[in-house]
Amino acid sequence: MTDPKTEGPLLQMRGVTKSFRGARALDDATMTVGRSQIRALIGQNGAGKSTLIKILTGVYRRDGGEVLLDGRPVDFRSTAEAQAGGVVTIYQEVNLVPKLSVAENIFLGRFPKRRGLVDWATMRAGARDALAKLSLDIDVTRPLGSYRVATQQMTAIARAVSLEARLLVLDEPTSSLAEREVETLFGVMRSLRDSGVSMVFVSHRMDELYEICEDVTVLRDGRTVAEEPLASLNQYELVSKMLGRAAEQVASGARAAARPRQQAEPVLAVSGAASAPRLKDASLAVYAGQVQGVAGLLGSGRSELLRSIFGADPLDGGTVVVSSDAAPIRTPREAIAARLAFLSEDRRAEGIVPHLSVRDNLTLALLPKLTRRGIVDRKRQKQIVTDYIARLGIKAQADQPIVELSGGNQQKVLLARWLATEPAVLLLDEPTRGIDVSAKAEILTLVDKLAADGMGVLLVSSELEEVVSACDDVTVLRDGVSVARVDVERLSEESLMAVMASGEAVPSADSAPNKDKSDD
Amino acid sequence: MSAATADVATVGHRLALQRRGTVAVLVLVVLLASLRYGDAFYSGINLTSYFDDAVKYSLIALGMTFVIMTGGIDLSVGSVILLAGVAGGLASPYGAVVAVLVGVGTGAAVGAVNGLLIAHSRLEPFVVTLATLLWARGLGLQLADTQTVVYGSGALQSLARDKIFGLTTGFWLMLLLFAIAAVALKYTAWGRTVLAVGDSEESTSLLGVPTRMTKFSVYLLSGALAGLAGVVLGSQTGSVSMDTGVGWELIAVAAVVVGGTLLTGGVGSIGGTLAGLLLLQVIFTIINFENGRGGIEINSYWQNVVRGAFLLVVVLLQTGVGRGRRKAS
Repeated sequence: MTDPKTEGPLLQMRGVTKSFRGARALDDATMTVGRSQIRALIGQNGAGKSTLIKILTGVYRRDGGEVLLDGRPVDFRSTAEAQAGGVVTIYQEVNLVPKLSVAENIFLGRFPKRRGLVDWATMRAGARDALAKLSLDIDVTRPLGSYRVATQQMTAIARAVSLEARLLVLDEPTSSLAEREVETLFGVMRSLRDSGVSMVFVSHRMDELYEICEDVTVLRDGRTVAEEPLASLNQYELVSKMLGRAAEQVASGARAAARPRQQAEPVLAVSGAASAPRLKDASLAVYAGQVQGVAGLLGSGRSELLRSIFGADPLDGGTVVVSSDAAPIRTPREAIAARLAFLSEDRRAEGIVPHLSVRDNLTLALLPKLTRRGIVDRKRQKQIVTDYIARLGIKAQADQPIVELSGGNQQKVLLARWLATEPAVLLLDEPTRGIDVSAKAEILTLVDKLAADGMGVLLVSSELEEVVSACDDVTVLRDGVSVARVDVERLSEESLMAVMASGEAVPSADSAPNKDKSDD
Repeated sequence: MSAATADVATVGHRLALQRRGTVAVLVLVVLLASLRYGDAFYSGINLTSYFDDAVKYSLIALGMTFVIMTGGIDLSVGSVILLAGVAGGLASPYGAVVAVLVGVGTGAAVGAVNGLLIAHSRLEPFVVTLATLLWARGLGLQLADTQTVVYGSGALQSLARDKIFGLTTGFWLMLLLFAIAAVALKYTAWGRTVLAVGDSEESTSLLGVPTRMTKFSVYLLSGALAGLAGVVLGSQTGSVSMDTGVGWELIAVAAVVVGGTLLTGGVGSIGGTLAGLLLLQVIFTIINFENGRGGIEINSYWQNVVRGAFLLVVVLLQTGVGRGRRKAS
């Protein structure tokens, strides 16, 4: 036999099975990663991607099947063992220690020592070296958490590189990065590949897969349904394999004309909104029956705009008028009373109450209404929950803790939480971030239906494709100022990108946002 | 995202500021007091009792600092002082070394029980150490047969009586231990791991770092230091009375928080705890002193009211400074 160290694939996972309390998470999953290869791993949430990755990296133990690294069977019992075997994971939400310095994060668990004490000088130099390999030059003594997510991710990769990882698992690394940062990441990934590191890349963004990966493994319901070179599949074929549906069904149409406004007066009018430090002068109007989009680069004040409309951030200037009622909204409580609803971008920190059940999470905003003489009307609560689980197709039991749900289902519960309050205006901040393609489609379909039923929707998204397909009208923010309005006739990813980048309004009389100003 | 970015950057700064503030207030209070009372403030009795008090609280505050840095809490230390003090007292006829070993060993054993339950059985630190607070005190009372335990005279008493440069051996022991602890925090892998665990246990364990061992170790250390405190106390006063240690765990927590260690873990300072403790104690010494002079009349019950109010003010300052800024996301 030839030396398995240089011949054959680096990693082979065959017939891997895993059950949790009787529920099959993986059922005959297979994945092969070649040397110096970047392999895409895709599948809907719940298809078993995370489980497969966690088995590979020693977080879970498999029930059956085999894992071969360098042709030799391995069975990692902990992440430490996996690291020692050269397998390192970079998680979606960077799993490092934010309050410690960058250098410490790179060397945590293996600090360089001199006479038994931590050798800070060597550690800092080592950290600078590791980052320099990724062309990053930052102050390694500052706390990791003081850097942006992209930098934190690079730090995680630097850590992996300095651990001499041979197989790097990147679990949705791009979901919280801006476009330029993604390019930087890809550059680093390519140079790592050229230096002999193999990677497994998980992402929900199809275009990214095609840009960076050579081969793809598709999981569906715990099984591997395809392992092929990416070039042999087009985007629709890929999604159809993921979903198990025909490719034609997957291709979605773009919006041809704006949805009709159901009232002449806007249901939400924002004029000159300012909130330190990011938001300076934003104006827009949302009409019942329409979806108003907000686009802008990272840091343009998109989220801040929604937060200050909802009273979660103080409004330093400007006005927010809901349903022609000029009463100011200073707190989320007042916003809810004015029939606003706000789905935050940070599902984990500002959305779910992790250990409470789906039922409790879903009815949290509704509890005051469900309570009679201090006692919650359990019957009505149950009825509402059952109703929304069916309506939104939430795959969960009512008494299941919400943390156990996939991201898409969590998001649906949160959406249901707000819908149950029967809002007039729905503020959505990155409603599809980090959830899989089919849940994304379901949520956007739901938004479309809500608008058709007369709700006003304000949608913020960093995915232009989503903005273009979902909205009737898009306000572009740049440096905290609403610089332009793009209506449905001229709406395309290119036109939005041009305005976002240049900051110049599309030369048309009605495109100036200030024309929208409502009288106050 | 950037919200977290701003938070992390400010938490560290804020606490560092607070530590400086604590030291500044400490210096200021001492200066004002010496201006007001002159030499009387430094008269022997006052200073000795001040430092004796500081020493007995300091050891548990030191252990508490590490526990809190991991995001935990150890409510059992007051009871451990009693239990270990009694055990040490019963062993004192066999010599000072035996007494110290028995005392520290008893404390470490209790700490190990806490640590096992918290790190390996994954129980809540609050509940585990609350239970220990109860059973350790019960065991101590039982062991002492509810009588005050007298420490046999011997070398042990030198901890309290012998002085080097005018300060007791116990005081120097305290300084030494704090210095060692400060070095351990900054320069040992263990110390950095303590902070890492407190900041993000999940992440730290995913990075392949032994988090359980680290958590176990801080409770072991806290117990051992409480045990040592019990023996030191017995040697200072010559006996251990049955109400020893009641509520001391809270004084320790207060000193740690005033000293700029984050109650949720991840950020902290050893020197800060010492400054926090000295500050809290100096305030009480002054209250006592004023009482003695008849300047004011505050009975001992009010001391805890003052203590509580002071703690609240510090915590309000801690969070209030940060709240002014809005999350930028």
